Amino acid sequence: MTPQELSEKLKTKFGKAVIEVKINGVLNPYVKVFPAKLKDVAFFLRDDADLQFDYLMCLSGIDYGKGTLGVVYHLFSMSKRHKITVKVEVPVDKPEVPSVTEVWHSANWHEREAYDLVGIVFTGHPDLRRILCPDDYPGHPLRKDFKVPEFYQGMKVPY
Amino acid sequence: MGLLDKQFNNSNVIITSLDNLLNWARLSSLWQMQFGLACCAIEMMATAASHYDFDRFGVIPRATPRQSDVMIVAGTVTLKMASRIKRLYDQMSEPRYVISMGSCSNCGGPYWEHGYHVLKGVDRVIPVDVYVPGCPPRPEALMEGLIKLQEKIRNESRVKKTA
Amino acid sequence: MPETLTAPLKTSTGRLLRTEEMVINMGPQHPSTHGVLRLELVVEGEIVVDVIPHIGYLHRCFEKHAEHMTNYQQVIPYCDRMDYLASMNMDWGYALAVEKLLGLQVPERVEYIRVIMGELQRIASHLIALGTYGLDVGAFTPFLFCFRDREGILDLFETTCGARLLYNYIWVGGVSHDLPPGFVEKAKAFCKYFRPNIKELNDLLTYNEIFIKRTANIGVLPADVAIAYGCSGPMLRGSGVNFDLRRDDPYSIYDRFNWEVQVGKGEMGTVGDCWDRYMVRVREMEQSLNIIEQALEQIPTEGDVQSAVPKKIRPPVGDVYVRSESPRGEIGFYIISDGSTSPYRVKARSPAFVNLSVLPEISKGYMIADMIAIVGSVDIVLGEVDR
Repeated sequence: MTPQELSEKLKTKFGKAVIEVKINGVLNPYVKVFPAKLKDVAFFLRDDADLQFDYLMCLSGIDYGKGTLGVVYHLFSMSKRHKITVKVEVPVDKPEVPSVTEVWHSANWHEREAYDLVGIVFTGHPDLRRILCPDDYPGHPLRKDFKVPEFYQGMKVPY
Repeated sequence: MGLLDKQFNNSNVIITSLDNLLNWARLSSLWQMQFGLACCAIEMMATAASHYDFDRFGVIPRATPRQSDVMIVAGTVTLKMASRIKRLYDQMSEPRYVISMGSCSNCGGPYWEHGYHVLKGVDRVIPVDVYVPGCPPRPEALMEGLIKLQEKIRNESRVKKTA
Repeated sequence: MPETLTAPLKTSTGRLLRTEEMVINMGPQHPSTHGVLRLELVVEGEIVVDVIPHIGYLHRCFEKHAEHMTNYQQVIPYCDRMDYLASMNMDWGYALAVEKLLGLQVPERVEYIRVIMGELQRIASHLIALGTYGLDVGAFTPFLFCFRDREGILDLFETTCGARLLYNYIWVGGVSHDLPPGFVEKAKAFCKYFRPNIKELNDLLTYNEIFIKRTANIGVLPADVAIAYGCSGPMLRGSGVNFDLRRDDPYSIYDRFNWEVQVGKGEMGTVGDCWDRYMVRVREMEQSLNIIEQALEQIPTEGDVQSAVPKKIRPPVGDVYVRSESPRGEIGFYIISDGSTSPYRVKARSPAFVNLSVLPEISKGYMIADMIAIVGSVDIVLGEVDR
């Protein structure tokens, strides 16, 4: 299925939940959806007979700066061999995105990582703990305004 | 080997100082605690494997701190790992030695500037005897580091207090 | 899950024995966790009820470094250090992503050099995986044999770029050095030398009765679970899924060579057990040898390897996700460019990170000793799990 057909399908199914579709002029065609509707879109993408996006390649949390955080989902279908990118954006003071762990199990650790490094809260995640940094580490390191702590548990951190 | 062959006609008596004997015994069988953390661990494994054969220095990898004499910290020490290193070092019995292998455990290596989760040198948590530079050091460099440690042990004294 | 292990314990008079659950900590300093992985095992007697992996003990802030470099080429040494057993493939994955952003075409000779290096690296990486796997389940000799053969590959790399482990060889748009004189002959000689050694490894370890008993029917990963958890590489193929990015999402010039994707067939037990994953790696080494031999025959003798290397890399605004096949699976780089000389955000989707997340799923109900076999068969590199 071409990205064109796919986006038409999504638009007819979800209407205004799809904010933006970009197919031409970008390297990976993407659809941008409302965070609130993300889980429905994810289930649809996985279960629809024509789409069958059963493989979550990558999930990245991003700090876009200017008070916006984002999550990018790269999807692939093992049977249909097509790809799509799904993006959501949330404000930094309420960084809540519904978890898609139920849809793709591989999202579990990816979401924990995005929570750890960027500070995006995935609502409905079964086990949202820090994964890479220690539990008591201050701040979210991949935020653009992150400042390295001077000391951590008595150890000096900067060189 | 061969040095002492046929040097003694009747009795096997060698006269030496206690320091010499103890140091000789210690430096010839330095059991290493394998502390493979990152890239350097692979070079440490390569040193222990067929081509470079660390065994000939009396170095045998042990998995437990209780049985080991020297800890080779091979790789990047992170903040999460630092307390574990300290604890394992404390569990080793005296006399104990530490070789810091590779730039990362010497001073943070390539992660010195932006490594928010990297400890800039393992000597911030435990004392280090020999630093082996390199990223990663070649097996020959690790051997050189071990020989330097042996030299250090050779000059130690159990009787005389050194500064 | 084997039924004998889940049956309730009874005394000889038939009275039911109650066993208490216990938490055992394994790692982060443990000889068979392949680095600094920590596993929290909930066990009932000898049987593992639950596994909680704890990672992050080697989190070296790759993504932060990538953002703070002054240009795109400077990120490559950090890619090296991410998966230190397969540095070439990591560099290659990153270079592919930046080249896609730039719309850059690399010269023919560079493509061949990359394929040769990537496949040699795959063999070297698999050799460590197989050797240490033997070590984990109690066989020491294969470890020495594998390291002996690996040194041959390292010598080839060393003559080319001077480094044994972290190469910084594959650059955006090219490679750092041309092949040295006599490389093709040496590489051919290595292939000729190495091919019989795979049989030697098979005789020594693969078909060893004890080894089969330790690995067959252990840690069975069904194909649908593997896909749902996003497994890739030998982990996915061991479960019988015929999928390899080199063939199915082609990049570089892999379509020019004659080779086959290897999948687990369940010869010694169930499809997707530890032995299958192990065997996929052994067979992949043979296929890599096939690719290398063909590439060595076809490689153009002339050509500048740095002609396409850009002086200054300034990609247009945009983002790209490019994936390639590393020895452990799908290594993907998601790069966001804001039009400046350094990336705005780099996310590395590392195969071992995703493969490891399936561990709790496949290790429940086995013995503690089997945990070692299962963790070894995943073939993790902690540098890449934690980045």
